[in-house]
Amino acid sequence: MSDTATNPAKARPEFRNIEFANLRTLRWPLASIASGMHRVSGAIMFFLMPFVIWMFDTSISSEISFGKFSAAFDVGMLGLPGFIWKLVALGLIWAYLHHFIAGIRHLWMDTHHAQVSKEFGHQTAVVVISLTLGLTVILGAKLFGLY
Amino acid sequence: MSVNYGSHRTVVGAHYGMRDWLSQRVTAVIMGLFTLVVLAQVIFSKGPVGYELWSGIFAAQWMKTLTFVVIVSLLWHAWVGMRNVFMDYVKPYAVRFVFHVFAIVWLTGCAGWAVQVLWRL
Repeated sequence: MSDTATNPAKARPEFRNIEFANLRTLRWPLASIASGMHRVSGAIMFFLMPFVIWMFDTSISSEISFGKFSAAFDVGMLGLPGFIWKLVALGLIWAYLHHFIAGIRHLWMDTHHAQVSKEFGHQTAVVVISLTLGLTVILGAKLFGLY
Repeated sequence: MSVNYGSHRTVVGAHYGMRDWLSQRVTAVIMGLFTLVVLAQVIFSKGPVGYELWSGIFAAQWMKTLTFVVIVSLLWHAWVGMRNVFMDYVKPYAVRFVFHVFAIVWLTGCAGWAVQVLWRL
């Protein structure tokens, strides 16, 4: 499968059944970054889920609650200024975009085994990361009122 | 049945240990389609995007039902994902057990709140 067994000069560390401590010493090609960010973005949304439901609650319940929802991002909430909450929202926007787009990549790989290769993994990772960052910048500019 | 493994696995057969994997994919597709449905209703709306439009989207009975399905999908999907992450990085079984219990409480609590918001609309 790999040439490391037959060519010890090129031997590189192999990782099986990874642990948290391995994350520092792992090689991180773009495909790994796309995959790692898929996990990170999922965890961010998991921990910010109460904030997401708070936004859902206040934005649809009544005109008055909608005012509270808007005010959090304009004048602030819980002693934090509005732009901090906008940054939190931007973090969620990035996480959702990355999880969504990288998820489509995963689903594509699951259903198109024949296409999956090292090159395919790299090329699609480039698409996922650049599309995600591009859309995050566009939506972030809108969020902060740049256009 | 000649070949019944790999991509030829009968996904509606016995579980073969793939139930979590498959349910994560199916719930992902449901949530992805929901995202497009919500986006389409915002983009193809007339007038300003404010409270009226936004709450109106979730007031329709079919959207309430679909949103309920999405809340359950999210609960299920996030459980499988967080469980995978905990299994990879949290090795002591006792600690991992506590994390799993936390994830279940966290997710069911969030899902309950979301359903409450949806159902009183």
